[in-house]
Amino acid sequence: MNLYTEAVLLGTAAGFLSRLYMLRTDYRNYPSYPHGYVIHLSLGLIAASLAALALPALLEEEYTAITFLVLCAQQFRDIRNMERETLMNLEENKLVPRGTDYIEGIAKVFESRNYLVMLVAMVTSGAVLYGGISLGVPVSLLMILLARFLMRGSFIRDIARVEPGRLHFEKSLLYVDDIVIMNVGDPAAREKILKEGVGLLLHPYDDDGRSVLNSLGQRQALLHDISMLMGNKLEIGEPEWSPAARKNMETGSLALFLMPNEKDMPCLIEAAKRTPVLESAVQKPLASTVGRKAAD
Amino acid sequence: MKDMILAVVVTRQNSDKVQGMNSIFIAETVEEQQRTALLLSRIMKAMAHDLENGVIILVQH
Repeated sequence: MNLYTEAVLLGTAAGFLSRLYMLRTDYRNYPSYPHGYVIHLSLGLIAASLAALALPALLEEEYTAITFLVLCAQQFRDIRNMERETLMNLEENKLVPRGTDYIEGIAKVFESRNYLVMLVAMVTSGAVLYGGISLGVPVSLLMILLARFLMRGSFIRDIARVEPGRLHFEKSLLYVDDIVIMNVGDPAAREKILKEGVGLLLHPYDDDGRSVLNSLGQRQALLHDISMLMGNKLEIGEPEWSPAARKNMETGSLALFLMPNEKDMPCLIEAAKRTPVLESAVQKPLASTVGRKAAD
Repeated sequence: MKDMILAVVVTRQNSDKVQGMNSIFIAETVEEQQRTALLLSRIMKAMAHDLENGVIILVQH
């Protein structure tokens, strides 16, 4: 086997493995469909092989081969559309929808994972060309870990303190601590809510966190993720059990109301904490001078 | 359409508090009012809201 073949093979393998590594079915239950796996793994393989070929092609002065990378990038843009479309279609039949912001985030992640696969494959094949297999293998492992690190986003636990909130009624108005959630007309529903519902309070650490919790998309993502993990009693035609998130406009704290199947407070808090912070919800007022000045 | 009042349920003694709606249900007792509101809520997939003056409205959110 000559050096080029080794570089291409190891680069492709490393890229494919990194795609596999990033494609764990996590609690978000996506992609749990076998066909989703096939689609993403095969696209990952294509991305890896193209990127692994790039450096040997350059060394052989086959400059046109590089243009295939551009073609490849074009293909991956379609992945984002594909994911978005699939999730949007599924959205219609969800009792607690993900929300468009969450879907956009997931779609973006799927696209960017392919670029990371290309990076892993290209660097690995470069390492083989430079130092042979003995350099290529450790570099590929390092790159796979690096790709994993790059894909790690932040979570609610990084931006806010989560604690149990007290559900109570003032006449027909449902409160979580001092935050009004909604008006419930049916006395029997009020009783059931007090018995089986839960309230959670999210206190942002700073103004950046506050603006994240202010985003409607982030709130929907929170409700979706918690409902996914802890179940939800919401049923068609019974809007009394709809989960809701409302903020305290003075402090920026967010109150969540849910009717989970499992009323287990530590688990509910953990579920809220591990909800990802959506890219589209991130605003950094504290990164600007005006924002910092206004904050103190 | 969202956030629309689909129906109003009132007790007879409060029936002058609602006007102009074409779906006003008048109940003789508070129990009947609550029962009617619950039935309407389930039938129309709407939420019953209590205006705390003897009037219950059903709103499609």
